[in-house]
Amino acid sequence: MDRRKFFRLLGAGGLLSLLKARAQGAPWTEKTFETLTPLGAPLSEYGTRSPFEEGVVRYISPNLRTRHSGADFAPLEKLEGVITPNGLHFERHHSGVPQVDPEAYRLVIHGMVERPLVFTLEDLKRFPSVTRTYFIECAGNGQNGYRNPPDPGLTATRSRGLASNASWTGVPLALLLKEAGVKPEAKWLIPEGMDAAMYTRSLPLEKAMEDVLVAYAQNGEALRPEQGYPVRLVVPGWEGSIQVKWLRRILVTDLPAMAKDETSEYTDVMADGQVLAFTWVMEPQSIITYPSGLQRIKPGFHEIRGLAWSGFGRITKVEISFDEGKTWRKATLEAPVERYAFVRFKMPWYWKGEEVVLWSRAWDEKGNTQPTREEFFKRWGKNNRYHYNAIQAWRILPDGQVVNGDRPLGAQVSGPAGGCGGEVFDV
Amino acid sequence: MFRRVLLLVALLGLALGARYHLGTPITEELAAQYDLRPVVLPDGRGLPPGEGRVEEGERIYAEKCASCHGARGEGYPFNRLVAEPFPITPDTEPVEYAIGNYWQYATTLYDYIRRAMPFGAAGTLTNEEVYHLVAFLLYMNGITDADTPINQKTLPQVQMPARELLQLDPETKRRFPWLTLP
Repeated sequence: MDRRKFFRLLGAGGLLSLLKARAQGAPWTEKTFETLTPLGAPLSEYGTRSPFEEGVVRYISPNLRTRHSGADFAPLEKLEGVITPNGLHFERHHSGVPQVDPEAYRLVIHGMVERPLVFTLEDLKRFPSVTRTYFIECAGNGQNGYRNPPDPGLTATRSRGLASNASWTGVPLALLLKEAGVKPEAKWLIPEGMDAAMYTRSLPLEKAMEDVLVAYAQNGEALRPEQGYPVRLVVPGWEGSIQVKWLRRILVTDLPAMAKDETSEYTDVMADGQVLAFTWVMEPQSIITYPSGLQRIKPGFHEIRGLAWSGFGRITKVEISFDEGKTWRKATLEAPVERYAFVRFKMPWYWKGEEVVLWSRAWDEKGNTQPTREEFFKRWGKNNRYHYNAIQAWRILPDGQVVNGDRPLGAQVSGPAGGCGGEVFDV
Repeated sequence: MFRRVLLLVALLGLALGARYHLGTPITEELAAQYDLRPVVLPDGRGLPPGEGRVEEGERIYAEKCASCHGARGEGYPFNRLVAEPFPITPDTEPVEYAIGNYWQYATTLYDYIRRAMPFGAAGTLTNEEVYHLVAFLLYMNGITDADTPINQKTLPQVQMPARELLQLDPETKRRFPWLTLP
């Protein structure tokens, strides 16, 4: 120790406290005090996070063959609460993120309507607005669950991070359709994006009249470009791929388009060989984010934390099992518990250092819950690419290391199955 | 009294679906100008005039598609396009999913190629070129013969082998009893 430090410490608390601090190993460092004198950063026009948090980023799979089509994952285990920060909301796009000038932006509604209409962004913002918190989840979420044997290095991000939750503000699509006057023979809407893929899907008119939003804001500010700036559809509870971003046109018609992304993709191969079309509603999901894959914990008190959601409505209950499903304990749900939105669940827990496997399963207001892996693959095909919602298990090893606790399914070996995240060789 | 009548009229207006008079009405002709890559429906609506020929398609494919989808549509680096004309089974690996064994509607080919391909240069193919490519890909997948003309009339009639596997999701069926697959 140099002399200056010695005298400073002497001044701060005397020789006794110095000796005490040395004996314990100092509970703080000099760095702990370093901001107490110089001026901090000045006012800034747009705030960004601390440079120390720059490691909290979306996960982009190294297997993707292009970054202009595919998906990246929200870092679920590094986030708290239920709102996904705008810069970390998962992304999925098919031909890159277009940079749309809001002045040039137009939305056209035409087809089977009394009055074809064109809206500017300003027009859309003048309508009565609605703000609601909804999750958006890619149909391909959970795609790593199709691997067999399971990936021991799985994280919560790579398990269920193709889902995010935000407060969306926009105009109910029903108001715009009313404005255009939908003709009685119309049954379908074909929304179209202004990306280079001019991405389209088919949406039944009934759902649009119920609760679909034409959204222009995300967590209070304008949509992020990768979330559809300036305008996207938000279709509560339904798979993300129907929630068309950079919305430029809605064709009102009487047939679904059977577009590429509702036929050759986003259709589900079942165990019995059928292929299901229009698997829109997202099944209940839950994921323990702490403790979760690749984290390491110490013996003692921990609050088990996780996220749950369902496209069928409100989450009513989340249960945690410490014995692979033999017994279940109810976790606490943190209010408010909203329909089609993430809810945070928690359970106080004391870990004594024994090897243990944690399971969680969510229940929704329609009585749906999550299957085990074995149950899941009785219904869904092993080579399906979407809608995986089996229980995610985390195994805590005696040294505190957390690894994937999913059980292998017999001798069957499946590579990464297929899906947008590129964890799988498919774009 | 007059006020009350006014209020009643206003309420009646709302009940009948009063409008905000926001947005600008446009003619169908203007809407058509905005509709740069029209949606092709399974019954053929949206298909332009023109006709596709396999040899022409082969030439365009080699030039504009083969670098991503393989010289004969076998795939790599991007999706495989060509397969035998027999539907997949639950054992078929997803990398094997292609037009002949998985795509359920021939019209989707026209819609998607015109809409989104080639990757990185979407919208640069002419309507005629898209027809040629569709003719070539259907032929390569063993679905049509080399001399089958592909046009507005014939394309919606082409039966895709995987259509027989396609069913409506049971939850969707429950919520929308009127809904059927084309």
